Amino acid sequence: MTDNDVVVTGSARPAPKPIALIDESGSAVAGEATGGFGMPPVEVLLELYRQMVVVRRFDVQVTKLTRQGRLATYAPALGQEACEIAGVAALAPQDWLFPSHRDTVAMLARGIPPQGVLAFFRGDWHSDFDPKQHRVAPLSVPLASHVLHAVGLATAAKLSGDPVVALTFLGDGASSAGDAHEALNFASTWQAPTVFVLQNNHYAISVPLSHQTHARSFADRAAGYDMPGFLVDGNDAAAMYAVISQAVERARAGGGPSLIEGVTYRIEAHTNSDDPTRYRTADEVEEWRRRDPIARLETYLRASGALDDAFAQRAATEGEELAARTRDLMNAEARVDPLELFDHVYAAERPALRAQRDLLARELADAATGGQR
Amino acid sequence: MTMLEENRTVPAPARRTATVTMAAALNAALRDAMAEDPRVVVYGEDIGALGGVFRVTDGLQAEFGEGRVWDSPAAESGIVGTAIGMAEYGLRPVVEMQFDAFSYPAFQQIASHLAKLGSRTKGRLRLPVVVRIPCAGGIGGIEHHSDSSEAYWAATPGLTVVTPSNPADAYSMLREAIASDDPVIFMEPKSRYWMSEELALPVQTLPMTKARVVRSGSDVTLIAYGSGVKVALDAADAGAEEDLSVEVVDLRSLSPFDDETVCASVRKTGRAAVIHEAPGFGGFGAEVAARLTEREFFSLEAPILRVTGFDIPFPAPKLEQYYLPNAERVLAALDTWEW
Repeated sequence: MTDNDVVVTGSARPAPKPIALIDESGSAVAGEATGGFGMPPVEVLLELYRQMVVVRRFDVQVTKLTRQGRLATYAPALGQEACEIAGVAALAPQDWLFPSHRDTVAMLARGIPPQGVLAFFRGDWHSDFDPKQHRVAPLSVPLASHVLHAVGLATAAKLSGDPVVALTFLGDGASSAGDAHEALNFASTWQAPTVFVLQNNHYAISVPLSHQTHARSFADRAAGYDMPGFLVDGNDAAAMYAVISQAVERARAGGGPSLIEGVTYRIEAHTNSDDPTRYRTADEVEEWRRRDPIARLETYLRASGALDDAFAQRAATEGEELAARTRDLMNAEARVDPLELFDHVYAAERPALRAQRDLLARELADAATGGQR
Repeated sequence: MTMLEENRTVPAPARRTATVTMAAALNAALRDAMAEDPRVVVYGEDIGALGGVFRVTDGLQAEFGEGRVWDSPAAESGIVGTAIGMAEYGLRPVVEMQFDAFSYPAFQQIASHLAKLGSRTKGRLRLPVVVRIPCAGGIGGIEHHSDSSEAYWAATPGLTVVTPSNPADAYSMLREAIASDDPVIFMEPKSRYWMSEELALPVQTLPMTKARVVRSGSDVTLIAYGSGVKVALDAADAGAEEDLSVEVVDLRSLSPFDDETVCASVRKTGRAAVIHEAPGFGGFGAEVAARLTEREFFSLEAPILRVTGFDIPFPAPKLEQYYLPNAERVLAALDTWEW
């Protein structure tokens, strides 16, 4: 067997350098490394910073609540806030977001209240917010399957003559699923106003990038679909915002889809049931902590004089308030109605379901009276 | 003017009497639905200039333009997945799977999303998508061109699964499927595409979720759907020559299931056999037999029979005649009862 083992080496070709505007030390990047993208306005950077601080506090809080057993599970986005927040910040109100299972904080940033984005993870219902009100689809678990929905919605908007863009997140694991290819090809063929943001966080649960692909970069795939592709430092919120915004506006103007790979890292476990010590080293995680997206932007903004202690404190306080509200919400008992199980399966009436609902109602009534019939 | 607005002034469909095949009836249903509702779009493989491999979409692209009727890339998961997104935006897509077994790449999109998004979102999203699936055999199709997948879909909550057996139902049921706010799996028996009858279109038959007694009899009820209805009617004709009075029920809808009509028939005859092309093991006939046993056990004079395809993969063209249920096999099965 040894002679024929699957040898996993990753690409022999060096990956191109990701586009960056602010480097790991918090200094502005100059020259070719910017990919020709300009620094976003300072008020945009301050807003990205504020939102990243707030959603990180939320994310950390939810991870803790999950460990305490208040939620069934949670997929943390710690370390990936630049991708999450820049993606949402680049959208206009009429645009749509199609999240994967790790994009809770993006959904929150889109305006969905905590109980709405966490109903899934607490186990109250599979989704509990109004997608049309927020222009956010329910988070999707089957890898890459939701990416096709984004292409379909974008195509419908285009056919309707509406200036609506669909942005969808997927990961390095999802890139292997057939739906990822189908979505990129459909979007290209139909020139659908879609922006694909692939967060390469280096792990699909435990499986490292080298076992997911031999390619040096996911962004390279864009060439095969004849769409613009960008490899971006996914921990640089300024660069992610600049590249995604340009892609969104290109799509809105009729320029078709784009594929953007944000190179980032999942600092936390996949979920609370995962044990990352079995498949990666503490040194590796530490190395990525040094590239933290929030610290980097904060350093840059402080050095330029745009960010002061008062601003940072306000953002931190806002995060604390959100965390406290989230604790209160999640520590309160969830109100679930067993009889609602039958109410939404079909728009049309189903007599058979009505009978099953009646059966459950009788069981509940019996239980309430101590089993006396 | 956007592509969707171009056709908003098309006049209401006029009545016309003619010999109509099932394929033509389906074509007319699509045309009339598109003329009436600008949100209806039609896409799939080869459905544009070619008009579909069975010509069900013939002429639609010329009439409504490429903004309403277009050829998609040849990828069924992509076809259904994008239809879900279109429906989320407010369109009413009607997509074609070309051949039954070609729908399997779309299984995840149908089972995990199309069927579930309504419930997942507490009804805040509804997906008025029609997935048209030319189904079953009897046309000499090579491998993967003759499958019967109805049991998979019928076993999936959230879907409405219907199948017409004749041109009038084909028109009426497809119109109703397109108008439905729930996703509909619309199974078109390929061997019946060329069956014709005199029809004035538009025609409205029974609601698509109702079964129909297509032939009245008193000795036995044959329960069938899609291509099986022809087999059941042939068996009824042959049975009549032997003084056997056969009632035939066309289920039309597999999900929801019209217990009322089927049970009433079995109460009358006391005997029932279910016919379908799909393998019997785990097939839809098992659900029919179980429901009837639960509800009508004391009306039954004999065990419920299933006359189905064998429990083997669908055979090659030169062997399909040995696989497909036919009138002789149905009558032979009825002979196994004590009368």
